[in-house]
Amino acid sequence: MKIKPLQIIAHIILILGVLLMVVPIWISFASSSHDSVTILTEGMKFHIGDQLARNYNEVLNEKGGWSEEVTAAKMFINSFIMALGIATLKVVISAMSAYALVYYRFKLAVPIFWLIFITLLVPLEVRIFPSYKIVSDLGLTNSYTGLILPLVASATATFFFRQFYKTIPDELLESAKLDGANAWSFFIDFLVPLSKTMIAAMFIFMFVYGYSQYLWPLIMTTAEEYWTVVMGMKIIYTESYEGVALPRTAERFAYIILSMIPPVLVVVFLQKWFIKGLIQTEK
Amino acid sequence: MSFLDLKNVTKIYPNGTKAVHETSLSIDEGEFMVFVGPSGCGKSTLLRMVAGLEDITEGDINLDGKLMNEVDPSERDVAMVFQNYALYPHMNVYNNLAYGLKNRGIDKETIEQKVNDAAKLLQISDYLQRKPSMLSGGQRQRVAMGRAIVRNPKIFLFDEPLSNLDAKLRIQMRLEIKKLQQKVGVTSIFVTHDQVEAMTLADRLAVINNGIIEQLGTPIEIYDNPKSLFVAGFIGSPQMNFLDGNLKNKTLSAESFKIKDIISDFEGDVTLGIRPEHLSQKENGLINLKVDLVEQLGSDNLVYGQLKDKKDFCYRCPGNLIIEKGSNLSLNIENNKYYIFDKSTGKRVN
Repeated sequence: MKIKPLQIIAHIILILGVLLMVVPIWISFASSSHDSVTILTEGMKFHIGDQLARNYNEVLNEKGGWSEEVTAAKMFINSFIMALGIATLKVVISAMSAYALVYYRFKLAVPIFWLIFITLLVPLEVRIFPSYKIVSDLGLTNSYTGLILPLVASATATFFFRQFYKTIPDELLESAKLDGANAWSFFIDFLVPLSKTMIAAMFIFMFVYGYSQYLWPLIMTTAEEYWTVVMGMKIIYTESYEGVALPRTAERFAYIILSMIPPVLVVVFLQKWFIKGLIQTEK
Repeated sequence: MSFLDLKNVTKIYPNGTKAVHETSLSIDEGEFMVFVGPSGCGKSTLLRMVAGLEDITEGDINLDGKLMNEVDPSERDVAMVFQNYALYPHMNVYNNLAYGLKNRGIDKETIEQKVNDAAKLLQISDYLQRKPSMLSGGQRQRVAMGRAIVRNPKIFLFDEPLSNLDAKLRIQMRLEIKKLQQKVGVTSIFVTHDQVEAMTLADRLAVINNGIIEQLGTPIEIYDNPKSLFVAGFIGSPQMNFLDGNLKNKTLSAESFKIKDIISDFEGDVTLGIRPEHLSQKENGLINLKVDLVEQLGSDNLVYGQLKDKKDFCYRCPGNLIIEKGSNLSLNIENNKYYIFDKSTGKRVN
């Protein structure tokens, strides 16, 4: 096959794009496998060193914080619980509220939908004080419930589910009705299986969203045992100024690499569904 | 009381549109009733009210001696075949058939038995594991019917189920539906806008226009004896020829001819209807037709042309007759088979 000049240019642009994405990650990874002293004296590394296992072990299992109790592994578990909780509940609640909006033809369905939709303009950061007040009055600070609950409503997912349900022909509902399906079984037997690719796509979005939350857990948690990975980023950065010892640069890189893994895994495993969910037209 | 009884059933949509006007109708057990009419005449609405998919504004629907007005569609024991089949896209054919039974809490062995019986009857046993998207139009149609049959409902409702099929398949499925209905013996209502389908399928036919049943009867009754201009024009293909005329002293004058001794006391402006197939060539006949176009169907020829006053006219003759374009034909009405309608009301007067 002959390659046209335009294709070569296109490929060069694409390759540059890939390098732009991959090189920083590779440098971080390579640097995380060296001794901190080496990095401090010689700069960042492109090749793998011999301290890989030691650094990662230290990052995961060394106890830190004021109480000397919390480990990075614990932070990963916290982040995972939070992200999983947010993603699952967001998907469930959005799918159900979209179901109500599309199939229960009450008069206020449209205004209510727009009300939900404009909450997109009011992200958590804007309403952080009232949200904190409510959660703290409920006594939910320093708990997983408190971390998850204020973030489970999603206008975006509700919107996507609503648009999807609207494309499902009415005859399907009518036919199901004649077959004896009630409101609940229509949702479970029809809408959920029909929108499973959409559910997967939303789940990925929301998982990454939940995982990357910073401000909310920072305000919500005073107990170290509820710290999350993203909060840890800040901690490992400030840590170097507290001690008299050398900054532990290599461990920081190791932490950064580790923190990227969970969202990457979710995307890798669900990406087939994810792409289908965003482009699907087949019903 | 008959099996399905509609009493003064009226449907008014929230926006004020009156879709069905005080319609009363009785259908006997095992009867195949066809609702036929142009689009938007209310025939589908009527069917959907029987199914319970539309609320009844006024009137009563009784099925097998029970008032159905407030009964939920799932409790009515009716099955419906939709125009686009509405198969469940994520379930295979087996589950499509079994879903309604599962919801009724029937045990697994009975379901399997019933599904297999229905599949055999409809010759879809080979596709039970396939998804609807992997089936052809005719197969989907069968699955849709299978879904209705398998539940053994009191009544089958068909909402224009053949209109998505190509012409050949439509004729084939039409036959199969009729055969199947005779075999299973379930009371059926079939909605269509195609008068050929209506004529061929129906035990009895309801011609509906503007939400009113214009005429109710067997297909032949309606064909032979249309009670109104609308029914006369709707039933029969090609369409009946209509000519303006005047009736006075039992003599009809239309176009350039007169017909005497008409059995009617009506006087005034009328419309004369003549079916294309009720004409024959005869010297010095009543009607002179200048031929524009001949459609040769093989068994028949459809001859289109104009009368003296430029009025379009159609004549149907046996296919072995050779008729030249541009020739003049002289035609007579066979056996006095003509229909006279009051021009203002459309009612039959002879």
